[in-house]
Amino acid sequence: MQRHFDEELRQLKDDILRMGALAQESIVNSVDALKNRDKAAARKVIDSDVEMDRLELVIDDKCLELIALHQPMARDLRFITTAIKLNAELERIGDLAVDVAQRALDISDKPLLKPLVDIPRLAEIAKRMTADAIESFIKSDTELAKKVVLSDSEADTLKRGVEKELIHDYMMKDGSTSDRAVPLLLAARHLERVCDHAVSMAEDIIYMVSAVVVRHHPEELK
Amino acid sequence: MHNLHPSPAQGQIGLNINPMGEADSSDGKPKISARGVNFYYGSKRALNNINIDFTPRRVTAIIGPSGCGKSTFIRLLNRMHELVPGSRLEGEILLDGLDILAQACDAAELRKRVGMVFQKPNPFPKSVFENVAYGLEVNGVTDRNLIEEKVVDSLKKAALWEEIKDRLKDSALGLSGGQQQRLCIARCLAVSPEVILFDEPCASLDPISTAKIEELILALKKEYTIVIVTHNMQQAARVSDQTAFFLMGDLIETGRTDRIFKAPRDKRTEDYITGRFG
Amino acid sequence: MKKRNIIQKLGFSALFACMAANILFLGTIIFFIAARGLGAINWEFLTQAPRDSMTAGGVAPAIVGTFYLTSGAVLFALPLGVACAVYLTEYSPKGWIVNLLRISINNLAGVPSVVFGLFGLTVFVKYAGFGVSILSGSLTLGILALPVIISASQEALTAVPQSTREASLALGATQWETIRRVVLPAALPGILTGVILSVGRVAGETAPILFTAAAFYLKGYPHSVFSEVMALPYHIYALMTEGTHPEIQTRIAYGSSLLLLALVLSVSMLAIFIRARQRKTYHA
Repeated sequence: MQRHFDEELRQLKDDILRMGALAQESIVNSVDALKNRDKAAARKVIDSDVEMDRLELVIDDKCLELIALHQPMARDLRFITTAIKLNAELERIGDLAVDVAQRALDISDKPLLKPLVDIPRLAEIAKRMTADAIESFIKSDTELAKKVVLSDSEADTLKRGVEKELIHDYMMKDGSTSDRAVPLLLAARHLERVCDHAVSMAEDIIYMVSAVVVRHHPEELK
Repeated sequence: MHNLHPSPAQGQIGLNINPMGEADSSDGKPKISARGVNFYYGSKRALNNINIDFTPRRVTAIIGPSGCGKSTFIRLLNRMHELVPGSRLEGEILLDGLDILAQACDAAELRKRVGMVFQKPNPFPKSVFENVAYGLEVNGVTDRNLIEEKVVDSLKKAALWEEIKDRLKDSALGLSGGQQQRLCIARCLAVSPEVILFDEPCASLDPISTAKIEELILALKKEYTIVIVTHNMQQAARVSDQTAFFLMGDLIETGRTDRIFKAPRDKRTEDYITGRFG
Repeated sequence: MKKRNIIQKLGFSALFACMAANILFLGTIIFFIAARGLGAINWEFLTQAPRDSMTAGGVAPAIVGTFYLTSGAVLFALPLGVACAVYLTEYSPKGWIVNLLRISINNLAGVPSVVFGLFGLTVFVKYAGFGVSILSGSLTLGILALPVIISASQEALTAVPQSTREASLALGATQWETIRRVVLPAALPGILTGVILSVGRVAGETAPILFTAAAFYLKGYPHSVFSEVMALPYHIYALMTEGTHPEIQTRIAYGSSLLLLALVLSVSMLAIFIRARQRKTYHA
């Protein structure tokens, strides 16, 4: 049976897709700004967060409206509650991109400590995990979502490597490098947090599709 | 239908034990069990191999589209189906482990233990008092003081006493629909049943009266085993602990109410409760 | 005005005219009888037996006789008719046998009353040996009233909603308790309607009592159920067809007719009153 409700859910899906696209864009742009010490690009990332904040409120409102007016059940209910959670996670990812942009501003007047290799790789993973999470949502693809959950360790390893290098090779050898090393350290942490949020999204999506709770139950991933 | 969220393969839908444990905290044996129940109207089969347990002091909701056999089924539980000529029942229905369909089981005795509240309020064309006293009188209670005490007690339990304590001698037909239905519940409570069957009890009531009946059901489940047939899914979700979904004479799925409404296992259940049916 | 509105107006006017014609007929009858009979009615007419070859005195024995016959008929037909209706609606398996019975009962209502009279003569007067008596007359009138009482009772019983029976059964009442304590009380107003109708018919019947109960002239009042009685309808018939003073007798016949009419009407009024009270108790 055709349901008008399905059209509204489709629109909600489009909004989440848009939110996801904005988050990915912010991640890429903020890391580019960091890499190129580009103040203008960093400011642009910071400014663009307003649009994500606005969209977050719109999506929240839409979800509440759908719950209030349609009293969704089962799959519909899981879809909408997942959308609410994804919305919040994506907004946080947007904020983390802003944080990375701020770190870019911190170091933009100073010479780069070292050429950035691992941080752009970390950013690439964060962006891909976010993109995969959104795609698994759109396609109700639990396999892809599982892949997102499992690739978190890759991001962790990379972050730990960046930390180790910055602390051992620079800060401990020469304390005066701290004001250039710490922003990079933080940027790596921000990007790793992005990956954590992507994992959260993927877990929610697995529940949405299969009604299996994997959050805090890693054994359910098999 | 737009396949908005493609359904995974049937087997993939499954509940992990934790944190949404499926096993109900039913302490002990079921109050009523249906075992392999088939039911026929003439040659037409209305129920196919129904197996279901009703947990004591729990509310079980039976949902399903019109004509799915849910009302037919609930009427088997106190043998009201015997009023329909040409009907035939196969299988077992056990109340506390004893077969209620056995020759030795007296229908009138059974119905004292398994009370029923009907779709339309059906008070007798008698006074409020006489309505509630009726069940006691036909069951041989003659002590007027005891009857009076029971009537007051039942009206209180049915959350009706405050509204009509001054109108006990008035005709029950002068009450509002919601009051009439609560009177029918009081009438049922007066004979101290163990199980109460509700057959779409709010079908003809306004939302306020409906809410009162639902509150009542939630209060009554502390003492009684309750089975409610409803076509209102929100109602099933609000009042029941267990939900059973019937479709075209089959019991499709049964389980904890929250689980059925959050994550039904069967595609047909899913389609019905999300309104994709048909 | 649109055409369909005009048609509607015409339709309603036609219906009103039919209704008015009915009232007119009824009014004419009552007026005609009252105008001719009122003069004959006085205290003596109501309390005295006929004298002087029915040209003087009153009709008291006929009033009493009609009362006895009617009461006897109702006493006999009411329990029997209601019991029969209860069996047919509540107990008997539904199917063609019950339908056949129902049709037979309705046909019985259409049998000419003189046939009932002949039946009464054969069975009660001759075969059972009750003779020409109140008993024979009452039984004959009772059989005449049976179809009306049965079908009215059946209708009244069927009108009691099935849900009311279910409510009683679901409380652990047996079917018998359900019928006695819930169904019959609820059907009572409807059953009373049947009784009203039958009383009206029975009180006015002449043919069934012609051979079974009625006497042309009696000096006193009946003293047992085996006595012959005078009855108003037969008395009217006798006054109009026999005797030697037609003019005086006609006047008395009209008086008796008016009396009979008033009697039947007052019985109906009483029953309507009882029914209305019953309804009030049972239907809020």
